[in-house]
Amino acid sequence: MTGRRTRAPYVMAAPAVILFVVFIVVPIGYAVWLSLHAMRVSGAGLGIRAEVFVGLGNYLDAVKDTALYEAIQRMLAYGVIMVPVTMGLALLFALLLDAPRVGGKRASRITIFLPYAVPGVIASLLWGFIYLPAVSPIGAAFKAVGLDAPDFFGDVSVFFSVANIAVWGSVGFNMVVLYTTLRAIPKELYEAARLDGASEWRIALRIKVPLLRPALTMTSVFTLIGMLQVFSEPATLRPMSNTITQDWVPLMRIYQQAFVDNDTYLGAASSVLLAGATVLLSLAALAVFRSRSARSER
Amino acid sequence: MRRRTFLVSSAATLFLAGCGTDTSGGAAPAASPIAGDENAPANLVFWSWAENIQRVVDVWNQKNPTQKVTLSGQAASDELIAKFLTAVKAGNAPDVLQAEYQSLPTLITNNALQDLTSAVAPVKSAFPDGTWNLTSFGGTTYAVPADVGPMMLFYRADLFEEMGLEVPKTWEEFGALAETVRKKNAKRYLTTFSPGDAGWLAGFAQQAGADWWTNENGAWKVGIDDEATRKVLGFWSGLVNSGAVLGDPMYTPQWNAQMNDGTIIAWPSAVWGTGVLAGVAPKGKGKWKMAPLPQWSAGENVTGFWGGSSTAVSATSKQKPQAAKFARWLSTDPEALKVLVEIGLYPAATLGQTSGGLDAAPEYMTSQPDYYESASQISKTARGFSSWGPNTNVTYGKFEDLLPTAVKNKADLAAVATQVQQASVADLKKQGYQVVGG
Repeated sequence: MTGRRTRAPYVMAAPAVILFVVFIVVPIGYAVWLSLHAMRVSGAGLGIRAEVFVGLGNYLDAVKDTALYEAIQRMLAYGVIMVPVTMGLALLFALLLDAPRVGGKRASRITIFLPYAVPGVIASLLWGFIYLPAVSPIGAAFKAVGLDAPDFFGDVSVFFSVANIAVWGSVGFNMVVLYTTLRAIPKELYEAARLDGASEWRIALRIKVPLLRPALTMTSVFTLIGMLQVFSEPATLRPMSNTITQDWVPLMRIYQQAFVDNDTYLGAASSVLLAGATVLLSLAALAVFRSRSARSER
Repeated sequence: MRRRTFLVSSAATLFLAGCGTDTSGGAAPAASPIAGDENAPANLVFWSWAENIQRVVDVWNQKNPTQKVTLSGQAASDELIAKFLTAVKAGNAPDVLQAEYQSLPTLITNNALQDLTSAVAPVKSAFPDGTWNLTSFGGTTYAVPADVGPMMLFYRADLFEEMGLEVPKTWEEFGALAETVRKKNAKRYLTTFSPGDAGWLAGFAQQAGADWWTNENGAWKVGIDDEATRKVLGFWSGLVNSGAVLGDPMYTPQWNAQMNDGTIIAWPSAVWGTGVLAGVAPKGKGKWKMAPLPQWSAGENVTGFWGGSSTAVSATSKQKPQAAKFARWLSTDPEALKVLVEIGLYPAATLGQTSGGLDAAPEYMTSQPDYYESASQISKTARGFSSWGPNTNVTYGKFEDLLPTAVKNKADLAAVATQVQQASVADLKKQGYQVVGG
């Protein structure tokens, strides 16, 4: 009996642990192993390639890769637009939906959430249509009133065009998380505030937003990670314009190394570096949010 | 949130790759000739991306009930190569693979392809020499040519007539014509220079006489930054930067619309271009015609290749004799060739280019009843590089990164050739290849 009782937790945890080991730990381990190897030519003639151990050679190449740094800069420029706009709109919509005397809540909630259900690649193809001058309804509308069609793939505008797709796709998810948290706040707090003569605006700012802080922290971290992993939107838009290069953001650069240049080994090294940076950044972001909320609680 | 799936799935791919038995130790079998009975029962897996290729496979399966071929449809281009190399490493590669000519050296140098020299020698005479060379390296044949893409010029015959334009015979005339089109109708362009298609550019470079890679006694000579390539790039540079032709990519919703509504009235493409036109420009049916590609000097008659593919056998296949038999059959059997033509591929075999299926023009080209006759004439004038390089993918990737940026910045496109040359040579050296010059 006792043996069974002590075994139970392990049995319960086993599925999760096995999945975690098979799909997370082992692939990461293999990626690390790959990152320490490379294909090098041995033999004459055309030259046959063989896998050899190269130590930290790939990491050295990855660290010296200027294209990767340029990609990171572009990702940050994209993030400066995407993260605040996504979070701002998600908070705004959640507060609006939670405000009393607002009609059509159900319909608007679904409408705002729906884009999240559209896969990023499909969304990018759809937006691509809207961005290309010759087939763009927006361009047609501008021309109809005698204006030049806007260039969605300009040096600067391209960041807004790409960020727009991500915002469109992710506001709904974040809004639902925030809205659900808002619904869980006890109504007595609002009643008390109203009795004290607080306006809805004041209630939102002084009661709702502070109580939303944990949810805001979580969604912000998700959005930040989404920024670090941006891939499908620019990769799908790339063939449509001359502005987005194959190494536009870090993941595209890694994809290029692994699958265009067929250097899985260098790609693995860059991946490990990017994953390390992602973990550090996430921890830093969490720490910042935590210390802030701790301060405000005091 | 959604991005996670990308990382996880690619991590899973890497993981799967690691699970397989390590075949790199068994390097020897690939080089040795095939032994065994090619008529023994077999169950072959065939990776291909050609549309409707199942129809050809069906013909084979009907005639060879004991040697079943199962088709596994694939996405074309670079990703297929990465996927195939991974599968070879994992020990679950298909027996037979459709491979673009330029990707063969990458596959060979990764030890992923079987030496087919003796197995396919009987059908060598079925192909023009130039075509056979596309799959042979240093006297060893690694694949059977299946289809080729000799380049030609498609143009809107109705609009050319309406605007009083002559079909250009030289690139000089082509350039002048591009400006005439702009002057006559500001809404129209002669064509677009699509900067993100290195394979297309390679075809132009072949026509101009370039040899991007040459293997000299085991050392590679890279000639991307040569006079011919610079000439081609310089020519398009002038036209794009002056606005005489567009600089937008092909195969976008916008390009489709422009090809369909007459904004773009000519398209330097390859013999398979009619299939693309039928898809993107349904309104142009019966209005497009085809002519030889403009020449660099009057009176010349040369063209290059864009696209085309071959059938190769995986180095790890356990049914190599049967796989080689299928590869041979696919490219030379009269019945197979007939179906190849019907599904829109232009056969590499001489017989395929002259056989019955090619009497009638493609349905889209009603304006040109002798379409295949002209194509066959043009096909004979096609010239490829003497060899593709072992890192063609890197070169293509570099071109496809740098040219779009150069077009966007209205920079000198010829200068890109220098950068691509440097990157290609550096990559070869890094991998340990011997490189002549630089």
